[in-house]
Amino acid sequence: MSDPGTRVEVHPTDDPVTSVVAIFGDVTTGSEPALMTAFGKAVDGGARTIVLDFAGLEYMNSGGIGLLVTLLVRAKRQGQRLLAVGLSDHYREIFSLIRLDEAIGIHVDTSAALAASRS
Amino acid sequence: MKGAPVVEPAAEPKDAGSWAHPVERLATTVIGAPDDAVTGRRAAGPVQGFGQMWQKTFRVRLDGVQSSRAVMAMWKDEFPTFWPKSAKFYAPLAGIAPGEVALLDMKPIPGSPVRFSTGVLVIYADDESFTFMTPEGHILSAWITFSTYEDGDVTVVQVQALERPSDPIDELGYMLGGNRLNSRFWEETLRTLARHVGTSDPVVETTVVCVDRQRQWRYVRNLRRSATIHSMMRTASAPGRWVAGLVRGRN
Repeated sequence: MSDPGTRVEVHPTDDPVTSVVAIFGDVTTGSEPALMTAFGKAVDGGARTIVLDFAGLEYMNSGGIGLLVTLLVRAKRQGQRLLAVGLSDHYREIFSLIRLDEAIGIHVDTSAALAASRS
Repeated sequence: MKGAPVVEPAAEPKDAGSWAHPVERLATTVIGAPDDAVTGRRAAGPVQGFGQMWQKTFRVRLDGVQSSRAVMAMWKDEFPTFWPKSAKFYAPLAGIAPGEVALLDMKPIPGSPVRFSTGVLVIYADDESFTFMTPEGHILSAWITFSTYEDGDVTVVQVQALERPSDPIDELGYMLGGNRLNSRFWEETLRTLARHVGTSDPVVETTVVCVDRQRQWRYVRNLRRSATIHSMMRTASAPGRWVAGLVRGRN
């Protein structure tokens, strides 16, 4: 069952091996088809680093967090790196609460994430 | 004269009241538990575990038309009563609410003398679901989400766990039967709940998927806080403590 409140866009960056996956609206278990399709599209385009842009995130429940971990496992298995940008203070707190910030690098914006991905 | 510019406060996220706030160390309000092996520890989810990562989903469909929210409210209120007899859940004073820490006392192998004292942090709770995160030292580094939803005319009750055994000993135990025992625990819990709300012959649908076969060797040091080791040592030293107690009583 897909979540109609989720919208995901894939954007290329100046770096050919980095793509931005911008998430809008809700992230719940039902966001899996949209998020996994976008991730697959970014990877098929040659991305080795995926920057998840949460600036448009409006709602996330614990099912959504589980989905992010599944995405993290998939990225790790394929040798890709996940970074996060655009997190509000609230969502940054949640990443800290569940200690997801130990596995996904958090940056202020895409240019900071791009700089980190090159390092 | 111009007034100061009006700054609109940022809209509060819809989920703001459902999430716990981060804490460096856990603390509980539980009264009456035999042991508190949680206070002072950090929470640890599947990202911090050692073993392979499993996603387990248990579902039961309830007979008759019942509101999923009403079932969820009842489940939260009476949560400990649905657990198998091998485990006891000590609810925090405020009940199952974001940021609360419950304590658990359980026999990992029913009938064995070994008991584990551990707990869970409620990281998320709303009208349709709540999620536990385990503390360091727990056998599993996990998030467990309990939810109810309506599928047509039927209310479905679900437990979904994302878990890794916390350390190499726990991983071995999990491989040697712990995985199956853990599944049985949740299946029995859901059957008890379903019978409680009038489902005479509940059928639990179980899906178990290994989502990450890699072991996270950087977390091998989780052994230092292993509840398994502490509980086994405590059980092994129980006769000595009993004799010491007798001697102290005579003096």
